[in-house]
Amino acid sequence: MTGWLTSVIQVCYFAAAFLFILGLKRMSSPRTARGGIGWAGVGMLLAVVATLFLPGLKHRELMILALVLGTLAAWWSARRVAMTAMPEMVALYNGMGGGAAAAIGGAQLYGYSSHVVQLLGGGTYAVAGYEAPSTSHLALALLGALIGAVSFSGSLVAFGKLQGWLDRRFVFAGQRAVNGVLLVVTVALGIWLTTGHLDTASITIFFALALLLGIAMTMPIGGADMPVVISLYNALTGLAVAFEGFVLGNEAMIIAGTVVGAAGTLLTQLMARAMNRSLGNVLFGNFGASGQPGQAIAGAQKPIDAPDVAVMMAYAERVVIVPGYGLAVAQAQHKVWELAQLLIARGVKVRFAIHPVAGRMPGHMNVLLAEAGVPYDLIADMEDINPEFPSVDVALVIGANDVVNPVARTDPSSPVYGMPILDVDAAHQVVVIKRGKGTGFAGIENALFYADNARMLYGDGQAAVSALISATKALDA
Amino acid sequence: MLDGFLALYIFMLAAFTGYEVIARVPVILHTPLMSGSNFIHGIVVIGAMIALGRAESTLEIAIGFVAVLLGAGNAVGGYVVTGRMLDMFRASRTPRS
Repeated sequence: MTGWLTSVIQVCYFAAAFLFILGLKRMSSPRTARGGIGWAGVGMLLAVVATLFLPGLKHRELMILALVLGTLAAWWSARRVAMTAMPEMVALYNGMGGGAAAAIGGAQLYGYSSHVVQLLGGGTYAVAGYEAPSTSHLALALLGALIGAVSFSGSLVAFGKLQGWLDRRFVFAGQRAVNGVLLVVTVALGIWLTTGHLDTASITIFFALALLLGIAMTMPIGGADMPVVISLYNALTGLAVAFEGFVLGNEAMIIAGTVVGAAGTLLTQLMARAMNRSLGNVLFGNFGASGQPGQAIAGAQKPIDAPDVAVMMAYAERVVIVPGYGLAVAQAQHKVWELAQLLIARGVKVRFAIHPVAGRMPGHMNVLLAEAGVPYDLIADMEDINPEFPSVDVALVIGANDVVNPVARTDPSSPVYGMPILDVDAAHQVVVIKRGKGTGFAGIENALFYADNARMLYGDGQAAVSALISATKALDA
Repeated sequence: MLDGFLALYIFMLAAFTGYEVIARVPVILHTPLMSGSNFIHGIVVIGAMIALGRAESTLEIAIGFVAVLLGAGNAVGGYVVTGRMLDMFRASRTPRS
């Protein structure tokens, strides 16, 4: 009897959908977050096992082989990657999901095409015994495939950019027009396919165009905007999964995909807002590429040595440490906490100030500091810490740049103008640890580095902080 | 096959649910939550399994196989990465001397 089996499978899908929503809800509060992912994981396991027993499916041995291979590869890569590389891993796994959704669409479309015979005078008829797909079915399969393919290639480009493999932004004149034409052509071909012109060549061209579109859309976007872009592709993958769920008549996919699509859209908006940018501006703004590097800044950057900084901080009353992406790159979070503990032991009040978009993703810095063991109560948000900077003796900026650039307050012609920043320039002394004299990710000069109260400590974050630690210890020797 | 309008109702309700469930989430959870929702759309793996199970031609089988491979990677990778991120939060909540 397959009747009761189908019912059990339906119950499993229902439970999976419930557990996903419960898990997501619990993940949105720090107290319950760890349990949330566990519940969602149970849901996933239920759904996959149930699907293995779905009646009428062939190639089960291939299915299990692919499941095992995919699981092993992802498990291995996800376990060994460093915490600092998490954003690119999210991009990678998201791309895989988009690719899977696109492939489902592809399998459906190629399947239809092999059953539909093209008539010479236009129009089609289906092979006997085959139920031709309805137009809405075709349209959803194509839409899901298009979105999934864009998310796939776009996420891979984002991954490459964050890995540093594609570190230059790829920009040329008329790029927006070219991308627009590409989009229009792809959609037009999709509509043409929907009207029943399902031949293998056209379907292949459709996928090639969709993949190209994802690459073309992502190439001009700078690395600083990648978190917003990854979040957007995350939402798009959810949507693609939902559409392919409609095509396959699978409620669990529809619900999970749609929930992620909506939640991801909201997250994307929240992130863009934290950077004081609109989503359109992120995608089409060509941030910092207008050939206008902002106003030149008078003055010079004034270097300082580690022992001087150590003295400055050791005898300060209040020190605020501002971490940025440079800290993540240098893997310096443990060293920074060691330094902070030394200072605290000397009676210095130390706090960490985190800009909402410091690092590559909102919350990225919090995760890193939490990994190093920094207690929650020492970590301050931008709103809390900004009024306190005038009474801070030393602000130590480690690998942060655009989020502390005072130009955002003062220069309306600057691309970062209007973005809320940490007012470190209001502190009595500012020390900036920085690898070199270059500009930040947005490619904009930072007026902070030229300020009278700012000193530059050049070097890799890890090495510079280690030097500060030994210099601080040497004070007592 | 799922009734068209019923599917549309599911779509609408699920969209509102997704939006409401994570409204007012603190900034520190943005990254883990993005990663967590990334895991949840790993449900695409069951669609991939169905596509592979219904495949007829060699081309469809190949595409279906790749789809399951990618979908499994999405689900498992998303789960492990999210778990590792959230472990950090749990570790930091235990009081330290």
